[in-house]
Amino acid sequence: MAGLKIENVTKTFGDFDALSNVSLDVANGEFVAVLGPSGCGKTTLLRLVAGFEQVNKGTITVGGKVMSDSKLNVPPEQRRVGIVFQNYALWPHMTVSENVGYSLKVAKVEKTERERRISEALALVDLQGYGDRRPANLSGGQRQRVALARCLVSAPSLVLFDEPLANLDVHLRASMEDEFASFHKRTGTTIIYITHDQAEAMALADRIAVMDRGHLVQFATPRELYEQPATPMVASFIAQGMVLPAKVLTAEAGGQCKVEVLGQEAVFRCRAGQAVTGDAKVCIRAADIIPATNGGIEVTIKRSIYRGGGSRIEAVAGDETQELHFDLADPKRLAEGETTRITITSGWVIPEANV
Amino acid sequence: MIISGEKRRGADTALIAGVAIIVAVLSIVPMLRLAFEIVMPQGSFSAAPLRTALSGSATWTATWHSLQVGIGGTLLAVVLGTTVALLVSLTNVRGRSSFVLLYVVPLLIAPQVTALAWLQLFGPASPFLKLIGMAPALGSKNPLYSTTGIIALLGVQYGPLVFLMVRAGLRKLPRELVEAALSSGAGRWTVLRTIIIPLMTPSIIGATALAFVSCVGNFGIPAFLGIPAGYLVLPTLIYQRLAGGGPAVLSEVAVLSMLIGLIAMAGILAQDYASRRRDYRIASTSLPAAPFELGRWRPLAETAMWMLIVIVLVLPIVGLFLTSLVAAYGVPLSMKTVTLANYAFVLFEHAAAKRAFFNSFGLSIAAAAFAVLVAVPLGYLITWRKRWWTNFLNLSAELPYALPGVVLAIASLLLFLKPLPVIGLQIYNTIWIILYAYLARFLVLALRPTISGLHQIDRSLEEAAQVAGAGLIRRMRTIVFPLVAPATLAGGVLIFMTAFSELTVSALLWASGSETIGVVIFSFEQGGDSNYAAAISTLTIVVIFALMLLTNLFARSLPNGVLPWRD
Repeated sequence: MAGLKIENVTKTFGDFDALSNVSLDVANGEFVAVLGPSGCGKTTLLRLVAGFEQVNKGTITVGGKVMSDSKLNVPPEQRRVGIVFQNYALWPHMTVSENVGYSLKVAKVEKTERERRISEALALVDLQGYGDRRPANLSGGQRQRVALARCLVSAPSLVLFDEPLANLDVHLRASMEDEFASFHKRTGTTIIYITHDQAEAMALADRIAVMDRGHLVQFATPRELYEQPATPMVASFIAQGMVLPAKVLTAEAGGQCKVEVLGQEAVFRCRAGQAVTGDAKVCIRAADIIPATNGGIEVTIKRSIYRGGGSRIEAVAGDETQELHFDLADPKRLAEGETTRITITSGWVIPEANV
Repeated sequence: MIISGEKRRGADTALIAGVAIIVAVLSIVPMLRLAFEIVMPQGSFSAAPLRTALSGSATWTATWHSLQVGIGGTLLAVVLGTTVALLVSLTNVRGRSSFVLLYVVPLLIAPQVTALAWLQLFGPASPFLKLIGMAPALGSKNPLYSTTGIIALLGVQYGPLVFLMVRAGLRKLPRELVEAALSSGAGRWTVLRTIIIPLMTPSIIGATALAFVSCVGNFGIPAFLGIPAGYLVLPTLIYQRLAGGGPAVLSEVAVLSMLIGLIAMAGILAQDYASRRRDYRIASTSLPAAPFELGRWRPLAETAMWMLIVIVLVLPIVGLFLTSLVAAYGVPLSMKTVTLANYAFVLFEHAAAKRAFFNSFGLSIAAAAFAVLVAVPLGYLITWRKRWWTNFLNLSAELPYALPGVVLAIASLLLFLKPLPVIGLQIYNTIWIILYAYLARFLVLALRPTISGLHQIDRSLEEAAQVAGAGLIRRMRTIVFPLVAPATLAGGVLIFMTAFSELTVSALLWASGSETIGVVIFSFEQGGDSNYAAAISTLTIVVIFALMLLTNLFARSLPNGVLPWRD
């Protein structure tokens, strides 16, 4: 087991910058999700850590040992890094046991010891008795578990997950999420988990690294990402936050400041040292919007989607450019084209530097 | 750890260097040697051989003949192959897979065997025509000894080649494109004319170029049908010059082989030009279109299809087989005259024929085994370790097969006429020079299926082995090779079939003691012993057909299109 340290890593393909100056410090035993839309560089990051690609600049250190820098590239077969591939990458010409035991055989582990560790690994993923099957005769979830067993049998210092749930159906996803969480708890392995699904990342990870167009935009706990997004991109990517233009009327005091948004004044949370500005952006969640008792902001309803027990309302405010959404509990209803008044109770001022 | 890291990188470099050297020795070196001979014949600047070769009227007559039969044979093959492909792929005819199996057979039978079979069918001595009482008078000319005869047989031989390429194109035609046209109100013929044929032009153009290169490079058919009629094409002219003049005329025939090489290149370039002007790439993949119902025309179409099989396959083979059962030229076949003596003679008595079976068997096995072993690492570099130079490796491996066989044969002669430098090994006039040429020529037949196989395998399978700690050599052995083996081995079988009765290359390279089956068939026929030639030919057809059926058993684990005869 080991921590992972990525320092100022840059990777270019031709004149395309896949990663620019990314730094990430993952503690020993930590579960970190790397989250971002497709093309953000998260897969490149994984391939660099695994050693399939060489960095142009910067260093990658696993367990205190430098694995990659601009000159050195320890080949993947010597990194002791495990990978669970998106499509499992089980070898179709080998049985489950042969798949799981491959790395032990490569390491010339003696036969009885090898068999003991194979059955241990299979037991750990609840696949006892499946050793003689071929991957083709397994269900999707079982294949995923074989891939997991194959990866943990050699006790890697670091395990990389490459969107492991992307190919599974919704029901299986939930149970595999539980499986991964308990796998992490049992083994205490450091895990880097690549995904584009923010709900998955929030459910599993200790910390999440959000990436966008080759840059690391924020690296924080799920709660912090939700409550204090560092950029408009993070704000809208995590739980569909609404990003609105606003004016900061007072300087920060006790983590709060007064803002004017959509013509209404409110007290928002903000970063320490937030100064007064006429050109800020704020992040608002659906739960921050409630029906106004008096005054408030007038909005026009665009769409009402029944969600069981309540509706999700999509509306526009002001000059019809500002889209908002919020939840409306039953029995209240709003129909398309109606107007209503709302109040914004709280929100987060997105730090100025990143606007 | 660092030391072993360097060792592993060493394995990488060794693999790349090893494969590159093999490809260079088999492709680039002989071609450079040939080019060198043309610029500097026998090692000194001289335009004399060039002048002699290009001023002789025989050269230009043969060039004209090559173009004549090349274009004629290509046209016939394209019309035949495309029509059959459209019929088989787009309509609801029955018995498709057995039809495809049989229709592709002529492609796997050596051209000289095809030629011999047809000659036996139509000649005045034809046991078949005698059997049905339609034989022409003895002494009358066989109608196949003519330009038309050569063109007809080239068309029969390479029609299946066109068929396979057009069929492969039609399989990729997404059904939505056809259905969209049908729902726009177009009738079937309109769809065929305005959608299907235009989309198939890249396949048809590619097939045309391939058929043209094959037709002008063909040796067996013009050798059997043209030489007796005094009608020479470039490959047969080269053969005759070399047979008459020996190594002394090598510089001159080098020029002739360059000429045939240029004609073939022109075909390939014309195809490149034509297909670049039409970019009809089909991006989506989808199920093939539902077949058109032929309705009451179906029995007619099916009859026509099977008549074609009877004409291009059954009748010639029957003719060949009957000839092999007759004791001597012109004897009519009856219960009294039927004999297996020809088989006994070629298998047990005739020394050169016995040797030839042994030689061809060994050569084919060696060529197939070598190609399988080289194709996997080579294909691996070309597909999974793509760099700017890997494509060049691929092109180099294609070259000895893309150019007519005579070109490679002459290049090999030039390369090995003198003992190899440093080690002083002399392989000229031995079986080893034939082996060299076979290795060079047929490597690509195993490489192509390997590449298409690797394209269908997810590379993460190799990466998973890599993170499990396996080095390059081990990954090759335990992951890459087992995964792609079915495709590569199928390529090996194809090589065995092609090499087993190969003639073009061995006709120019053989010597007493290193006869091949192709050479022996050719010699028997030239000496007037058609019955012996027919007996050997029948045996080769049996071997090839048995191999086809045998490999069919393993077809399920193969990527599509690896076995040409399997639909």
